[in-house]
Amino acid sequence: MTGTDGAEGEGAAHDGCLEVEEPGPFTTVQDGGRPGLGALGVGRSGAADRAAMAAANRLVGNPERAAVLESTMGGPAVRARRPVMIAVTGPATVVEVDGTAVGSHCRVLLRAGQVLSVGAPPHGLRNYLAVRGGVTGVRGADGSVHGPELDSLATDVLSGLGPPALRAGDVLTAGRAAAPLPSADLIPPDRAAHTGPVRLPVVWGPRDDWFTDGARRLLVGGEWTVTPDADRVGARLHGPEGLRRARGGELAPESMVTGALQVPADGLPVLFLADHPVTGGYPVIAVVRGAALDAAAQLRPGDRVVFTAAG
Amino acid sequence: MGTADGRHVSGGHNDGGDRVRVLAAGDDAVLVEFPDSDGPVAPAVLPFVAAAAHDRPPGVVDVIPAARTAAVTYRAEKIAAHAVREWCADLAVRATSAAAAGTGTAGAETAGAETAGAETAGAGTAGGPAEPAPEEVVLPVVYDGPDLDAVSAATGLSKDEVIDAHTGTAWTVAFTGFAPGFGYLVGGDPRLAVPRRTTPRTRVPAGSVGLAGPFSGVYPRPSPGGWQLIGTTAAELWQPRRDAPALLAPGVRVRFERQGPAA
Repeated sequence: MTGTDGAEGEGAAHDGCLEVEEPGPFTTVQDGGRPGLGALGVGRSGAADRAAMAAANRLVGNPERAAVLESTMGGPAVRARRPVMIAVTGPATVVEVDGTAVGSHCRVLLRAGQVLSVGAPPHGLRNYLAVRGGVTGVRGADGSVHGPELDSLATDVLSGLGPPALRAGDVLTAGRAAAPLPSADLIPPDRAAHTGPVRLPVVWGPRDDWFTDGARRLLVGGEWTVTPDADRVGARLHGPEGLRRARGGELAPESMVTGALQVPADGLPVLFLADHPVTGGYPVIAVVRGAALDAAAQLRPGDRVVFTAAG
Repeated sequence: MGTADGRHVSGGHNDGGDRVRVLAAGDDAVLVEFPDSDGPVAPAVLPFVAAAAHDRPPGVVDVIPAARTAAVTYRAEKIAAHAVREWCADLAVRATSAAAAGTGTAGAETAGAETAGAETAGAGTAGGPAEPAPEEVVLPVVYDGPDLDAVSAATGLSKDEVIDAHTGTAWTVAFTGFAPGFGYLVGGDPRLAVPRRTTPRTRVPAGSVGLAGPFSGVYPRPSPGGWQLIGTTAAELWQPRRDAPALLAPGVRVRFERQGPAA
């Protein structure tokens, strides 16, 4: 077997299993995040599309919230340092092993030395690469070593917790497989239509009363477009016109949730995603419903969005 | 009192601002809004958070204080929304009366956690050991900040008087936010209330001690920031590997201590 290194002698819990050849535009390690630490100023963070993370982990027999790689608009390319089982989920995309397409949403066994690369998805934004045993840490090309902080490996771009975005030469360590492989070795990718706008249901509030009736009608009646100003913190939206307030004054800083549509003074909403700030000072007109947060996390610049409200 | 059917929990006047409201914040969070006060934080926020720490039903994930609100997040598959709202409403009513029964002032001092502990015990839910005294943290500060002159000019105090005012009273962590380990401190000398800088700095060094409005705070790590910087502390505000990663958690009292050469 090639790629043996000293760490493997310390036991399989932390062996170097994948080496990053190309990180892609922006690839981080993500997991279930850090729930319950909001009072310390620490947001949950973790995988932006949690269902896609869970699916990738299930395919390789991991717990659903084991650490995975989250790529943005394609990448990474990784070289196996030992035989390793992986799966890529998220939007359907081209996955190649040594230049041969093998498909996403299925289990792939890499032999030592083989290079797996994830192409940019034609729709959607973020792909998830799970490794059997789960990612347990990053040994940086610069000699740095990154393990869990506050029981999580998630990179929180806002708070600075977690390993930095992957770079070429980084080595990912993986743990021991915890459970047998499931009988299913592929799952259908999301077949949602990609021709029209993405529909995201919202619940009003907590500060919908800060806005005019016209603003509320515009939020759910208008079509919004994701601007290039979109990352793991949030996505800025552009629409027919700004959402107007019904009252003046400043909001005292208050807690923000994932999916919040926070409206700054210019009236253009910001959709808060996984690494959103724990507190904010602009009113939230509505919050995207929990079941739609994974779809919201796959919005990419240029995508059109229609918000819907029940009742 | 304390029904949670609607947004408005406790009765009161017709207009908002003088009663507790429980506001929906998506499918798995509510925002508990406390009556207004003249101070920088509503007096009931910290009593609410302290009481919540003793009496948290399964499924509640986080209770996050802010200036006039506390957010309660929960796992919708483990606890029903109406159960969360009822729990919040009940706790909020008790926290509000605890705050009102505290020192009798609307200032930040009422926000001390001890009143909440007493009220919780009185309501028969705690039954455990007495509430420990609030933790006090002493932060040694070298008062060498680049905005000390500006603060002196804005307040009409000499630099030494600014420092004496900053070190002369105990502050309390009202809530956190902005960055891990960043605490919004209230209860300081009111003469120190200064506006933020007109143009925020793109990089404030870690350990910088700042003032903004009624708040003081310490930047745990290098970041942009618009507060008026008056000094520097070597204290480690944020250490993820420590048992309590944030030195300044809500409810903690903070006393600044002058260290090193005179300004």
